Amino acid sequence: MTTSKPRVGLFVTCLVDFFRPTVGFSAVKLLEDAGCEVSVPPAQTCCGQPAYNSGDRAGARALAEQVIALFEGFDHVVIPSGSCAGMIKVHYPNLFSGEPAWQLRAERLASKTHELTSFLVDVLGAAPMLVAWEGTATYHDSCSGLRELGVKAQPRHLLSAVDGLAVREMRDPEACCGFGGAFCVKYDEISNAIVDRKATDVRATGADLLLSGDLGCLLNIAGKLKREGSKVEVRHVAEVLAGMTSGPAIGEGRK
Amino acid sequence: MSGSLTSSSFPKNASAALANPPLLKAIAHIEETLVSGRRRAVDALPEFEALRDAGRDIKAHTLKHIDLYLETFERKVVEAGGFVHWAADAAEANRIILEICQATGAHRVTKGKSMITEEVGLNAFLKENGITPVETDLGEYIIQLRGETPSHIIAPAVHVNKEQVAADFRRAHADLDPTRNLDEPVSLLAEARGVLRERFLSADVGITGANFLVAETGSTVIVTNEGNGDLTQILPKTHIVLASIEKVVPTLEDVATIMRLLARSATGQEMSVYTTFSTGPRRADDPDGPEAFHVVLLDNGRSAMLGSEFEDMLRCIRCGACINHCPVYRSIGGHAYGSVYPGPMGSVLTPSLQGLEKSAHLANASTLCGRCESVCPMRIPLPKMLRHWREKEFERHLTPKKARFGLAAWRFLAARPRLYGVATRLAAWSLARLAGKDGALGQVPLAGGWTRWRDLPAPEGGTFRTEWAKRGRK
Amino acid sequence: MSSRDAILGRIRRSLGASGVDATRLAAVRHRLTETPVNVVPARGQLPAAERVELFVRKASDIFATVARIDHRDDIPAAVADYLRGRNLPQAIRRGEDPRLAGLPWQREAQLAVAIGPSAGQDLAGLSYADAGVAETGTVVLTSGVNNPTTLNFLPDHHIVVVDASTVAGDYETVWADLRRRFGAGAMPRTVNLVTGPSRSADIEETLLLGAHGPRSLHILVVG
Ligand code: SF4
Repeated sequence: MTTSKPRVGLFVTCLVDFFRPTVGFSAVKLLEDAGCEVSVPPAQTCCGQPAYNSGDRAGARALAEQVIALFEGFDHVVIPSGSCAGMIKVHYPNLFSGEPAWQLRAERLASKTHELTSFLVDVLGAAPMLVAWEGTATYHDSCSGLRELGVKAQPRHLLSAVDGLAVREMRDPEACCGFGGAFCVKYDEISNAIVDRKATDVRATGADLLLSGDLGCLLNIAGKLKREGSKVEVRHVAEVLAGMTSGPAIGEGRK
Repeated sequence: MSGSLTSSSFPKNASAALANPPLLKAIAHIEETLVSGRRRAVDALPEFEALRDAGRDIKAHTLKHIDLYLETFERKVVEAGGFVHWAADAAEANRIILEICQATGAHRVTKGKSMITEEVGLNAFLKENGITPVETDLGEYIIQLRGETPSHIIAPAVHVNKEQVAADFRRAHADLDPTRNLDEPVSLLAEARGVLRERFLSADVGITGANFLVAETGSTVIVTNEGNGDLTQILPKTHIVLASIEKVVPTLEDVATIMRLLARSATGQEMSVYTTFSTGPRRADDPDGPEAFHVVLLDNGRSAMLGSEFEDMLRCIRCGACINHCPVYRSIGGHAYGSVYPGPMGSVLTPSLQGLEKSAHLANASTLCGRCESVCPMRIPLPKMLRHWREKEFERHLTPKKARFGLAAWRFLAARPRLYGVATRLAAWSLARLAGKDGALGQVPLAGGWTRWRDLPAPEGGTFRTEWAKRGRK
Repeated sequence: MSSRDAILGRIRRSLGASGVDATRLAAVRHRLTETPVNVVPARGQLPAAERVELFVRKASDIFATVARIDHRDDIPAAVADYLRGRNLPQAIRRGEDPRLAGLPWQREAQLAVAIGPSAGQDLAGLSYADAGVAETGTVVLTSGVNNPTTLNFLPDHHIVVVDASTVAGDYETVWADLRRRFGAGAMPRTVNLVTGPSRSADIEETLLLGAHGPRSLHILVVG
């Protein structure tokens, strides 16, 4: 190692990889501008949450092994998602209870894994980037990030430095959006009722932009707003913070 | 369990609830009453979080020594002149209570609000045996007139509107003036008060539940707002308490701590109106109170939860906060669950009480958003336990075939990064093409559950990993 | 095997514990005899005068009405005043509490005072509380001939006297006092903690006072 920069392994998450590479590039930009050396291990797929939340412990464990092996060599592991970061930080160690060697590795990885905005603020104390976005935004607190990792003030702190951007809180930003992984298709009617309330709350703020830190929630809320014909733009918070907002928003067509 | 309840029709029940606007309107009240009330009460007490820790610790300690505390409680009740009966299951509890009623020649029985009597199906059982107990909590009374079960553990009639109550009262109180005005809740309450007052005064036996059993003193404790529980237990000759074993706490100090959590979490009150400690029957110099005092201790599956991954659930004080804050409950109400206990606490508890096979859907019908745990005064890790039930379902192959297959296919791919890369690249590219310039899809094969209600935002095109590699980066 | 033994046996098997384990028995004995205090809110920990003020404020917050009087001898007049103010007949029922028995009731010539438990015919009841709790504006009543429990629930209006000197900051102080008076581990048949008048929100979550218990709770703080 010739550099003293912190070596960060970026786990983009399966949803970002598939749906929205822009979030991955935004994360890289934010991390590099904050002085990190960023790597993206190419063999990464998914953290195992779908298996874990479906009761398939063995399946989750197998993927956890894969993630641990890929990422344990970095100084930090950063993830632009509260729920995937929560999976590694909070749940991986439980998956290996009774296996001390693996558990130790899981705990080590957990201790250096961070959700993106909390890494920037809490770990790096990074100065916000000089970017601009003209308009009003509202912020949805994703459940896992909020309740498992305490992500609440960090994204708002970073957004407060964005030139031209005002944040207007919605009623109950901490309410679930109804995504819930497989829940949203398995119990689609209930999921719809929940996201319907969220979309109503978003619209009631009159904001131009909805932001959040988890692509699952964003796809869900964007899909609902779009179906309702709403003009609210939906983006991952990293896109705005990195100034990478020239492309279409989530669910928007190319102009 | 009462016969009409079944969790297997959960999706159908949920559909029906979602198509029932009066029901949805009624449940929506929970936000501005119970939820905002709790927020205010919690904000006004700086020690609330410390009390939660203390409450959890009290119950955890008690559960580790519950056999000894129950023995102490029993001894103290007997010392005070009361009787203690042990019931292994619902049938035994019902039989014991019937026998006490029959031995006293009771015809008229009043009841305080008690979820545990719902759990054992006491009303139906007594009725089959010629005794019809009268529910005296206003909400429970309404539910009883309607032939329904409670849809919420602390607000049993939360799903009923005042017009429905008025119609029920006109039907049930046919001897009253048919032209009377029942437009407002206040006149409905006055009528119920009048009708039930007679029932209280003429009852032979009063049956209540208990919020706490105090080992130190042999007291049973009920917490109510209406005062109906007190009238139920002080007026008749016989007072029967039915309580599950985990209600026991060691001391009065422990009651005080949990009391400070209970009402605040339940309704946002700092204290419920009536907290009553009953110890034995009336004493020699007491001018009122019951002449006989019976406590029936119910197990019904709880002893098996001890030492298991569901032990923490036995800390539950039935405040209902997890229910009030649950996005699923708030969408469909309590009856859709098809179980005595709805919402997150019910979805954890029900499989323990009635078996996992009969509780299909309950553990799965949750987004695992974690809000329940964040408001639970006893810090019960509800999402973790819902996940435990999902694991047991998966182990026992109760998970539906389709879901199992999908999961296996996905797992196969995710464990093979190269293949995964190829498959996701192809799929992302196809979906992006399908969407064309639109950016979102209104219909997608195999994603009907999603696209029935919302568009599917299209992938940008290439996957992140391919784009990253294209830029020659590692 | 009896259900009692079956249940206790199952509990012990689940816990992997024994009913004669000395450490467990000692832990339970300690808790029951030492009765450790857990977390007590700071809000009630005040000097006497402020504690009583907090009690009055908290009781008023939950729809009780409160009047302060200087001496016990003022109770009959305060009771008569209250009944007049509410446009109620001058009649009250109370127990045999000596603190109430020796009062100058004859000064209120109009006021009919009945003594003993209620059978449901009384409009107003009068009780002497054992204590008040400032933390939540709660009054503590114990059963017996002095203050029959039926008086707390059957009359439409309940007047409760509490001595300012017995207003505690918290429930724990009241428990300690009960133990002193009734003996450790013993309790009167009924101990009522009453916090405001009876209420219900069971119809459309609308808060209404006077469900089954008293519609109004009036507290007289003496001293
Ligand atoms: S689980 Fe917790 S929040 Fe839910 S009813 Fe029980 S104690 Fe209350």
